[in-house]
Amino acid sequence: MTVTTVTTAVTGAVGTAHTRLEGRDKVTGAARYAGEIPYAELAHGWLVVSTIARGRIRSVESAPVLDMPGVLAVLHHGNAPRVNGDYAGMLGRPDPIVAPFQHDRVPYAGWPVALVVAETSEQAREAAEALVVRYDEEPHDVAFSAGHPGTYTPENSPHMQAETEKGDLEAELAASAAVVDAEYTTPEEHHSPLEPHAAMARWDNGRLEVVDSNQGSMWVADELAKLFSLDPASVRVRSEHVGGAFGSKGVRPHQVCAVMATTVLHRPVRVVLTRRQMFSLVGYRSPTAQRVRLGADADGRLRAFDHQAHCLTSTVHEFVEPSAGVGRVMYDAAAHHTVNRVVPLDVPTPTFMRAPGEAPGSFAVESALDELAEKCGMDPIALRTLNEPDAGPVSGLPFSSRNLLACFQEGARRFGWADRDPRPGLHREGRWLLGTGTAAASFPSGAAPSTAAVTAEADGTFTVRITAADVGTGARTALTQIAADALEVAPERVRMRIADSDFGPAMVAGGSMGTRSWAWAVMAAVSELRERLSLGGGIPPEGITARSNTAEAVGALPSRERHAFGAQFAEVAVDVTTGEVRVRRMLGIFAAGRIVNPLTARSQLVGGMIWGLSMALHEEAFRDKASGGHVGADFAGYHFAANADVPLIEADWVDDPDDDDPVGIKGIGEIGIVGVAAAIANAVWHATGVRHRHLPIRPDRVLLAGAEPGGGRDARSRR
Amino acid sequence: MAQSTSSVITLNVNGEKRTLPVDHRTTLLDALRERLDLTGTKKGCDQGQCGACTVLIDGRRAVSCLQLAVAAEGREITTIEGLADGDQLHPVQQAFLDLDGFQCGYCTPGQICSALAVIEEHAAGWPSAATTDVRPEAGVPPLTADEIRERMSGNLCRCGAYVSIVQAVARAAGVETAQAAPALPQQGRTEEGTAA
Amino acid sequence: MREFGYQRVFDVPGAVALLGTDPEARFLGGGTNLVDLMKAGVERPALLVDVTELPLGRIEATADGGLRIGATVTNSDLAADPQVRRHYPALAQAVLAGASGQLRNMATIGGNLLQRTRCGYFADLTKPCNKRVPGSGCPAIEGEHHNHAILGASEHCVAVHPSDMGVALTAFDAVVSYETADGPGELPLAEFYLPVGDTPHLETALPSGALITGITLPPNPVAAVSRYRKVRERASYAFAIGSIAAALDVRDGLVREVRLAFGAVASRPWRAREAERLLTGGPASAEAFAAAADAELAAAETLPHNAYKVTLMRNLVVAVLTELTEEATR
Repeated sequence: MTVTTVTTAVTGAVGTAHTRLEGRDKVTGAARYAGEIPYAELAHGWLVVSTIARGRIRSVESAPVLDMPGVLAVLHHGNAPRVNGDYAGMLGRPDPIVAPFQHDRVPYAGWPVALVVAETSEQAREAAEALVVRYDEEPHDVAFSAGHPGTYTPENSPHMQAETEKGDLEAELAASAAVVDAEYTTPEEHHSPLEPHAAMARWDNGRLEVVDSNQGSMWVADELAKLFSLDPASVRVRSEHVGGAFGSKGVRPHQVCAVMATTVLHRPVRVVLTRRQMFSLVGYRSPTAQRVRLGADADGRLRAFDHQAHCLTSTVHEFVEPSAGVGRVMYDAAAHHTVNRVVPLDVPTPTFMRAPGEAPGSFAVESALDELAEKCGMDPIALRTLNEPDAGPVSGLPFSSRNLLACFQEGARRFGWADRDPRPGLHREGRWLLGTGTAAASFPSGAAPSTAAVTAEADGTFTVRITAADVGTGARTALTQIAADALEVAPERVRMRIADSDFGPAMVAGGSMGTRSWAWAVMAAVSELRERLSLGGGIPPEGITARSNTAEAVGALPSRERHAFGAQFAEVAVDVTTGEVRVRRMLGIFAAGRIVNPLTARSQLVGGMIWGLSMALHEEAFRDKASGGHVGADFAGYHFAANADVPLIEADWVDDPDDDDPVGIKGIGEIGIVGVAAAIANAVWHATGVRHRHLPIRPDRVLLAGAEPGGGRDARSRR
Repeated sequence: MAQSTSSVITLNVNGEKRTLPVDHRTTLLDALRERLDLTGTKKGCDQGQCGACTVLIDGRRAVSCLQLAVAAEGREITTIEGLADGDQLHPVQQAFLDLDGFQCGYCTPGQICSALAVIEEHAAGWPSAATTDVRPEAGVPPLTADEIRERMSGNLCRCGAYVSIVQAVARAAGVETAQAAPALPQQGRTEEGTAA
Repeated sequence: MREFGYQRVFDVPGAVALLGTDPEARFLGGGTNLVDLMKAGVERPALLVDVTELPLGRIEATADGGLRIGATVTNSDLAADPQVRRHYPALAQAVLAGASGQLRNMATIGGNLLQRTRCGYFADLTKPCNKRVPGSGCPAIEGEHHNHAILGASEHCVAVHPSDMGVALTAFDAVVSYETADGPGELPLAEFYLPVGDTPHLETALPSGALITGITLPPNPVAAVSRYRKVRERASYAFAIGSIAAALDVRDGLVREVRLAFGAVASRPWRAREAERLLTGGPASAEAFAAAADAELAAAETLPHNAYKVTLMRNLVVAVLTELTEEATR
């Protein structure tokens, strides 16, 4: 038959609400996640992690455990397959956590020291608990502080400059009529996706097959190939459904251990992490200590901007939480200094976690802006409006689009900001003090090369293949809408296949770059397909397939400051006699390019805002100095927001066109969290008159800080 | 006295009797997922702290991760797989789907099972921690957004779908949710209608 | 988790007898704490005796106007019971403030009294803990203790009891009934939990092998005007950092009778008897409430990160008693 892609009366799918394509499977329990696919002869691996924070493994006493019922193997540094951890992957050199059991050194508490494999998970668990590992312990240091003697400034990297500097900071500060000089801290935070990391690995006719839960199946396949020195074509990784990721689901020990075990045992092996293990094995957000100094003229115009951010990393790998990046986009001043410094400690390596850099960095900067507004006697939105830069404050590049002020205007209108009395501590309702706060948000809008294939099938449908990942973002649905519009067909005629490394290289679901990068590749492949179809002729039984690779197009993108922006608003109620803080309502207005699926986009933005609420009030992992490990590494000890913490939260967007951009889509996975903690902290100040510069704003901190109706008090940092 | 550490049990799941040998250590959650291939029930924390494994046992919601399978013998177990009537989704499932009451979907089966029970518990007149006056003379509290939030708080959602979860539960229960800011609990309890 | 035997029992003597056959046997109720601790390796029973089918699932009025609550009554059924809600509203509120709907459906009131502390060190086998391994030390004192005890603790243990329900029961003079191989017995809740001292691993005065069969609440007219308030680090589904159960009878501005108990401040629900003594017969004023709270809390011994609890409890006493005064005079 002859197929045209144009049908009559097809309305544009992009911009209209579509329920999730896999939604029915998810609400009926039919959607199978990585640990849920049955395999004959499946064996179960259970990790054993170190109980000391630094030292060497003296012995792994596996003999008694091997005699336990059902136990098949105990892998450890003395017998595990060798892997090559010395390579450069998509994100550079890997964290050595991906190469477990290669030596006897223990760099932190919770480091993998053995894998017990057994016939059933109960047997594996009991044997893992029974396994005796002896250590030679060495003194450890897990105490993070900005003044730690080991602090250093990392080398500038292509991803992030460690330090930027212009102008004479001290002179501009001295000449400023209003100065804010404050320290802000954020604690160690964990991704905590509800689905624990899980992978099944098996050898199938000479190919390594891994069923995984990840943010990029090609990424994982590529790194597994490098680790095990395999031909990349002989590794296939799939990840159909992912139960949340937030930056934690890259290459992690569960996949590597599963591959090791299946290689040794010649049968399928599944490794699932426990919730407790996830606290030391899948990365986290570093605590930060940030000093912000702002200097302004009496009218609020910034003269000096200084943001010195500190984070920690492990002793085996450098990961920098780039908190000081915020000011390089948001605010300009004659003197401008930003730096990210890092303290190596005997702790796991942190990693990307939803809005790395911007989430903690915006808390410090946007809180400081609010303090400056108070000092200048200005409205916080007016202060930001006055200091809106024309070009990138550090790069000097023009913005591809910057509709921050439109966000503030629309947000202020809908939130009722104009009615706000700026004086703190005045509004009371029963035992609650009420306050409102605002903050700005930004997050980079990047794109990375990706490939896609689109097939015109003989039955008149279309199949798209791309190694995208839907980690709950709605990417599968959004890409279907994009493909349908590009093909000018109804979405029902498009079959979207994702998350299979056999589909070729593509960007991971990360950095708010996934949907933008994949959409580009899908649109390019459709364009190619339509050209071929326009030549006429029939569709053969195997269909006609067009492929794309956006490497060249992405590389040709002109240099611009490309970001999504947003304005966050929060109203809180504070009982200073108990320390309780309740968020009563939140509104976020965003400028994030073209919104593909308003239904899922709103969910994602609101979800990000709830992360911000949770960061502001709840999240904090506690590291025990004596043992070097966590205390309360579970959901009773590590709180994130429950349903009762969350009020009605609204997210919406303003037009944010960029006619020069070939895709017009910006990522929305991260922008939602940015600025929220500051908006809430600013609202708590407005309610109580007390500045809370240390997250989370716990009851004990609020209680001890009390209220100061005229303002001017600071809550002290404790523990 | 030496005790056998395993038993052959019959579980009544979604109206079907399933006989299987179990190691006594096996939780109902693991029995469902790994032995009966009912993987719709999810394991989020395996220690009663997230609610992803929520099922109905004798009509009441329970976390299956802390329920030993052997101790569930003789009880009627309903999982997410047992809610739809053929192709016809249960109204709670339909509301979650239509209102996007989930993102990654991993907490969703537990949320839906929990929501079913919330609606029944409320209909049975059970108060909650959000209830202004728990005395029976005060009558059944209306199923406000605050009541739904409190009653659904045993089901954590890391994606942050709570806003649409509350809307979905309200729709399935046939009640309107207030769009206003939540009432502030005065005197330690929610005073409906007194907050601005 | 170690392998174990499992037996369901249907009568109380049989349950007690079966438990006596194995020193490593444990009663299994809802399992919400025991199964969790078994997974953590803290509890390693050889035999579980499932008591959920025992005929102990009823709530009945006693002849003198109190309530008798069977040990296997679930938290949900307790909180939903009209008699409880009418005569002891703070008890219903306390139960509803605990855990989640799912856990309340599973948990039994007998198990609730016996639940273990949620101290992060206790549940973590890789760390010392005097409660779990006597003599190994208490790392909480130098480490994470922001939700640890300010009253009645010792240098050996600063863990708190996590129950909300127990706080209300303590305020209302509940009595615990139990059965042993030698026959039945009773323990007032005030004597049920042992002082911490140098034996934090010994938590209750229950005789070895005893099965809790129920709780009796004496008639308590003051309890009809009662309230439970809980402060926690999120709005729901979290353990208390401070809580209070209070009942108050005020006439003509004077306190005729008062009941006051604190949660999350000690190794047991803490009956504030000194505060009650000072308040009884005196004025129902914020100043008097604060003075009584200060007297009760004078014995508080704080650590660097839990000192806030003194202020928190003082504020809660004043706030809740003030509210109850308003309610009583309305």
